[in-house]
Amino acid sequence: MSAPARRAGSTAAPPLSKRPIPVIFERGAPGRVGYSLPPSDVPEVPLDAIIPASHRRSRPAALPEVSELDVVRHYTALSHRNYSIDEGFYPLGSCTMKYNPKINEDVARQPGFARLHPYQPAELAQGALQVLWELEHDLAEISGMDRVTFQPAAGAHGEMTALLMISRYFEDRGEHRTTVVVPDSAHGTNPASAAIAGFQVVEVKSDRRGNIDLEALKAVLGPQVAALMLTNPNTLGLFEEQIIEVARAVHNVGAQLYLDGANFNAILGITRPGDQGFDVMHFNLHKTFTTPHGGGGPGAGAVGVRAHLVPYLPVPTIERDGQRFAFDYDRPRSIGKIRAFYGNFGNLVRAYTYIRTMGPTGLRQAAETAVLNANYVLSRLRDHYDLPYDRVCKHEFVLSGRRQRDRHHVTTKDMAKRLLDYGFHSPTIYFPLIVEEAIMIEPTETESIQTLDAFIDAMIAIAGEAETNPDLVRGAPYETPVTRLDDVLAARKPVLRWRP
Amino acid sequence: MKYIPATSAERERMLRAIGVPTVEDLFRDIPPEVRLRGPLDLPPAMPDPDLLGHARRLAGLNSNCDQLICFLGAGAYDHFVPSTVAHLALKPEFLTAYTPYQAELMQGELQAIFEYQTLMCELTGMDVANASMYDGASALGEAASMAADLTKRTRILVSTAVHPEYRQVLRTFTSHMRITVQDLPLSRGITAPAAALAAITDETAALVIQSPNFFGCLEDGEALAKAAHDRGALLIVAVADPISLGLLRSPAEYEADIVAGEGQALGNALNFGGPYLGVIATRERFVRRLPGRLVGRTIDTEGRPGYVLTLQTREQHIRRARATSNICTNEALNALVAAVYLSTLGRQGIQDVAELNARKAHYARERIASLRGYRPAFEAPTFNEFVVRCPVNPEEINRRLLEHRILGGLPLGRFYPELGDCWLVCVTESRTREEIDQLVGHLEALQ
Repeated sequence: MSAPARRAGSTAAPPLSKRPIPVIFERGAPGRVGYSLPPSDVPEVPLDAIIPASHRRSRPAALPEVSELDVVRHYTALSHRNYSIDEGFYPLGSCTMKYNPKINEDVARQPGFARLHPYQPAELAQGALQVLWELEHDLAEISGMDRVTFQPAAGAHGEMTALLMISRYFEDRGEHRTTVVVPDSAHGTNPASAAIAGFQVVEVKSDRRGNIDLEALKAVLGPQVAALMLTNPNTLGLFEEQIIEVARAVHNVGAQLYLDGANFNAILGITRPGDQGFDVMHFNLHKTFTTPHGGGGPGAGAVGVRAHLVPYLPVPTIERDGQRFAFDYDRPRSIGKIRAFYGNFGNLVRAYTYIRTMGPTGLRQAAETAVLNANYVLSRLRDHYDLPYDRVCKHEFVLSGRRQRDRHHVTTKDMAKRLLDYGFHSPTIYFPLIVEEAIMIEPTETESIQTLDAFIDAMIAIAGEAETNPDLVRGAPYETPVTRLDDVLAARKPVLRWRP
Repeated sequence: MKYIPATSAERERMLRAIGVPTVEDLFRDIPPEVRLRGPLDLPPAMPDPDLLGHARRLAGLNSNCDQLICFLGAGAYDHFVPSTVAHLALKPEFLTAYTPYQAELMQGELQAIFEYQTLMCELTGMDVANASMYDGASALGEAASMAADLTKRTRILVSTAVHPEYRQVLRTFTSHMRITVQDLPLSRGITAPAAALAAITDETAALVIQSPNFFGCLEDGEALAKAAHDRGALLIVAVADPISLGLLRSPAEYEADIVAGEGQALGNALNFGGPYLGVIATRERFVRRLPGRLVGRTIDTEGRPGYVLTLQTREQHIRRARATSNICTNEALNALVAAVYLSTLGRQGIQDVAELNARKAHYARERIASLRGYRPAFEAPTFNEFVVRCPVNPEEINRRLLEHRILGGLPLGRFYPELGDCWLVCVTESRTREEIDQLVGHLEALQ
């Protein structure tokens, strides 16, 4: 039986258990063990002779005392109270929750990749370096950038890396630039990253079509501006129609144009950021290139740059000399290091596997289908919710629950929670900030029309419920292991660890 | 295309519903000047069997730690990983989930993170740990920024016995924060409390040490904490191998204020350097300055316990430019790996595995030191890593050992030119006495 039917309260299936799962510390019994280690095979020496008592713990860490089966049952139970792409549809806007191919896991988990020590000699890691070298060239080709670094662990880490490079670039040119411009629709990470890199943030409003307001942008641009951080397609799911004029205006004042690549899935093989005039960008390999999100991470946030920023890339870069690959640390203008070692290599192997699976035609087809799916869902939902920006969308679109709030006192949050009862993860809500009661839907290319239709039907049903039975929606969810949780209590009296 | 289910008939149906004749019409908002005119110049798609073969060949070009006898550590550790880790933490229900924004649907993930936070508190002794950072080095950068903010001071004093790459990251990370980073020189492989006291001023936000430090030596945490606290500075402790905490005094026991660590050793694969697990933990009173996600316990409308992401007003999606950090995506899966690892090892297992590391490394250290020309570089007690001065260039030693499939230690000249004859050797519980004896035998023969 499908997940929606199960969660919708079909009589054929038992309801999900609502019994709390004890924490792992409450399981087991004193003295019970779940591990097996060999006895020491080296000559017995008093521990005091190795590590003086003054350096040793006075009491053991109070870890669980459980058997292996206790551990297995516990985490299996927890895994059942989760929602994953493998279970169902995940229309979280801006997150690109597409299917994570199984072959990626098989490739990345081979000992020949997973069991490599970062400091082993490059001669013993030529296959790993070849993967990195090829992936760099693939992403440069896909984006129109000249070089790519893999060190950032996630998108926000990439933003910080790029802004530090921009800062160093202007230092080298003897220019003191203090400001980074972001549109009011930007991801929260953009201004936060700019602040870490020492910039002041200036916000520019969006225009009535959902583009960055070109005149407002020109009004804030000047010799103090280091960069404009733009997401394209933007967080409304709309392509910046005046991107060429935007790039020209930014470059006219000598500033850099930065692409937040969170929404790159919409334009793979169709248009390249480098050709649009972007100087630097980050990729979210965990969105566009199918590496799994792991419940919040790890990601992989590669950064691509045009030639003038190449000297500032973090060390090391990966270079090829004939048939041999090597790390290059001798880069005097580099910003330095932004993490230990080279990046989230395991995820880079997965992204490489995906790109090889898809090829150039497959990548373009992914973007086309992602956009087709989004426009299809939009076409069927547009009459049921407010649509603040009525344009052809790219890979995602943003509705507003304003009508339901104003007429029936049902909020977007209420409707998102009700959707859980229908067996779907909710869309991204209350983002971007410029849309009231925002509902941001990104279906991705890996979902079938049958899944999209089931989701659409649920969304339409909920819009109907908001009208006819608003209390039902306001009280949701009902079918989940817990009902609505008290966020206010959690923040007012934080309980951040278990205590006996 | 196996990942794209839409058939041509279904595409037509969708286009009709949208009201456009072709997919091309959905892209007409992109200016023609910036549209690609041809296909991307990438290798063609590979069918799965070919791709698997290709990937196996690439992986086969590497020598991995199943094939080599690994005595290399220096921030990445070859520990035994119980089978529970792969079978539980990497279950697709966890692997392919997103950040638990819809708490009611994601209680499993949230509870697992809550338990991970508790496990980190137990191990470090601290009051509160977050849901994870990118890696040990970047966690240390965040800890420094946190300390500067908490103390309203601008200088960070960092021991040169902290991992050199962590120090590089610390410098890059704070380079535009009006924070200056100052190195504190070594004294016989450790950070001398007297030198620290002399270097700390009323501008110093924090003293940063690592223990066991990069050379494997245990620092005098108590005296260093006192030196920092006497001048109103915080003590930040980096931990590169948290398994050490199964045996060693926890940073909380010697009054550390922030712990910033690398959790790879807790069940995570070596993975050529990542993904790893950034750990950050601190005292209760600093919780509102912590970066990153936190899971808290609360109740639902019927009074049942449940878990949510909490204290989010610290974070970038709410506070934007004034957030405590820009971190969003973290390393949740690696944290889950650590939780499964620590649950499996348990209260006794973490002590046993830590003791095995210490005993085996001690044996190796004594054996190598007994060889002519070799001697321990430093006298301080060590955990599972130690530095030896060698009569032969350590780079040359490593080349010769590789002929016997032994991956030798780290030649320190790379990071410390003055320690060109020094070799940082790591011995975990995965090494047998036979392997250690083999290493010693080859060193002997190589003289």
